[in-house]
Amino acid sequence: MEVVTAGLKKRQQSEAIFQFLGKGAIVLAVVFLLMLFISIIGKGYSAFQQTYVKLDINLPSKSINRDNIDTSDFGGIIKATLREMFPEVSGRRAKRTLYRIVSQGASFQLKEKIKQNPDLIGKKFELWVPADAEVDMFVKGYIDRNLPEDDRQIKNNQIKWIDQLTDESRLEKRFNTTFFTAGDSRNPEQSGIWGATVGSFYTLLVTILLSFPIGVAAAVYLEEFAPKNKLTDLIEVNINNLAAVPSIVFGLLGLAMFINYFGLPRSAPFVGGLVLTLMTLPTIIISSRAALKSVPPSIREAALGIGASKMQAIFYHVLPLAMPGMLTGTIIGMAQALGESAPLLMIGMVAFIVDIPGGAFDPSTVLPVQIFLWADSPERAFMERTSAAIMVLLGFLILMNAFAVILRKRFERRW
Amino acid sequence: MAKKINEQPETTIDINDNHVKDTIEIHSSKPKVSREDRSTMGEIRVSNPRMRCSDINVYYGDKHAIKNLNLDVGNSEILAMIGPSGCGKSTFLRCLNRMNDTIDICRVTGSIEMDDKDINDSSIDVVPLRATVGMVFQKPNPFPKSIRENITFGPKIHGLASHKDDLEGIVETSLKKAGLWGEVKDRLDQPGTGLSGGQQQRLCIARTIAVEPEIILMDEPCSALDPISTAAIEELMMDLKENFSICIVTHSMQQAARVSERTAYFHLGDLIEVGDTKQIFNNPLHQLTEDYITGRFG
Repeated sequence: MEVVTAGLKKRQQSEAIFQFLGKGAIVLAVVFLLMLFISIIGKGYSAFQQTYVKLDINLPSKSINRDNIDTSDFGGIIKATLREMFPEVSGRRAKRTLYRIVSQGASFQLKEKIKQNPDLIGKKFELWVPADAEVDMFVKGYIDRNLPEDDRQIKNNQIKWIDQLTDESRLEKRFNTTFFTAGDSRNPEQSGIWGATVGSFYTLLVTILLSFPIGVAAAVYLEEFAPKNKLTDLIEVNINNLAAVPSIVFGLLGLAMFINYFGLPRSAPFVGGLVLTLMTLPTIIISSRAALKSVPPSIREAALGIGASKMQAIFYHVLPLAMPGMLTGTIIGMAQALGESAPLLMIGMVAFIVDIPGGAFDPSTVLPVQIFLWADSPERAFMERTSAAIMVLLGFLILMNAFAVILRKRFERRW
Repeated sequence: MAKKINEQPETTIDINDNHVKDTIEIHSSKPKVSREDRSTMGEIRVSNPRMRCSDINVYYGDKHAIKNLNLDVGNSEILAMIGPSGCGKSTFLRCLNRMNDTIDICRVTGSIEMDDKDINDSSIDVVPLRATVGMVFQKPNPFPKSIRENITFGPKIHGLASHKDDLEGIVETSLKKAGLWGEVKDRLDQPGTGLSGGQQQRLCIARTIAVEPEIILMDEPCSALDPISTAAIEELMMDLKENFSICIVTHSMQQAARVSERTAYFHLGDLIEVGDTKQIFNNPLHQLTEDYITGRFG
């Protein structure tokens, strides 16, 4: 008894130390996570707003070709409007600088508006157009006006015009819908994540349509039907190894097989989906097998005992019970696939694509690759868009994982 | 609970049937077959058997689990199998509907004749066999579905009934036969796993008889149940005997004595003795049998 009491203090001490280390690890992890979120949100939140400039457009009837609106010189109209607003500007260089106050997209916006509403021709009306990205950066306070003129993108005369616009309440920060509805663009103020989101959607659609049935079928066969011998052991080891293969290798495989050999189109979500299927299959097979293993054998015996065939026992009883586990594994695999960029670089999904893809065979990019592309761009305005895109991507990932958790909780069964 | 009965082997036991009198006593002083002799004593054959097992050998990998077993299962009888753990009685039971097929390393040789067919032949499809020879397991294992679905699964997969009303009829008759109808008729859509242990086991029996088998195998059906549920299931077995042959493996000698017509005693893979239950318990021929039923086994 004395020996036990003597050792007691030491035991308690070691337990306290272990608990302290555990808590420390958790605190450290939370701190890093917080730093990540603070950094990304701090840099990215401003991308959800965009500076708009109010223009008073004067649209003389003769400037528009009513029969074919597309051929009209809308850029010229915007420029004329700007010259009217600042009549004191003279000289070609100064005028060119003035035109860069508003986005190049302003003329497209005007064109769309006229096409929708041809009654505006010959009238005077107000139009809010996005400001140029540099102006936007200045308004958001990222460019310091006290710097020497040569050190900043916004020149002294531009600052003067911006101040004048602000005084006239012609400058306003609004919610940046373009960011959520547009594809990629060379101009930050015209670029958005919708193209990449749709690309990600098609890619994941192909991935889940292929990897879930194939993965579940492989898992069911290996777990329930396959004889246990050297060959199946080898297959199991290889599936586990495959799960650890760097994803870029799958990208190279996809490039060599699907694009070079089978001649599938480059940059297509379909090929991306094929590559990501290869990548997520091991994850799905492993988690599906674990789910099947966790179904108690008594359920199988019960079904077999009343004369169900093996297939019937599996499809009526084992699979429904294993399904939540399988789906959880699949969703986690899908979340991995959504965040994957390296293999998609290899199959050309890194291309600069402006259009929103209309199907799985249209060239497109995906969210993580869009982030990679923007992170590479020198413009200050792409930096905040990079962070904003990361926020959107993280949002999707959190949603998917939350869905997996809900699924697991919801369908947890007792037996 | 159930153990209580086990602990008092020499005292009074229920006399629901006429095989066993008030006590188990060994009257005879005739010399027994010695402990070393492993040949089967007693009547292994019956006239007009439902199943006839000849030269059954079962191997688990290298382990020889059942050695040269010969035994008949009669019509409309309850055959009890007793013996210490690991003696092969459950393994033998699982041979009768080929449940051993599900164990990879298990190999069964010999012939089991039923309706002039060797059901141990690999060409025999196990699906109709298991529909004819139903099984109730040691641990109640209802499907984690509704009570109704538990019953209807069998008839559905065998195509016994397709119309909803027919299935409802099967549900009702099966549950009535299993003595569970009164307790569950108002909650057929609730999960079968929500019932008590005894009710679950009766549900499993109802599920088995829903496919109208001819033989029911029961692998220690009461070992996880309390005495009241045990009594209910034993009563049920007595009723079922009219229409089915029942083979029951049990660790409770009292249960074997109460319900069965014939008893088989297994010992380390050998079938030691088979005979009328009354005779086995009152006047065993083999020393090992006597050792076991008198609790002297060791």
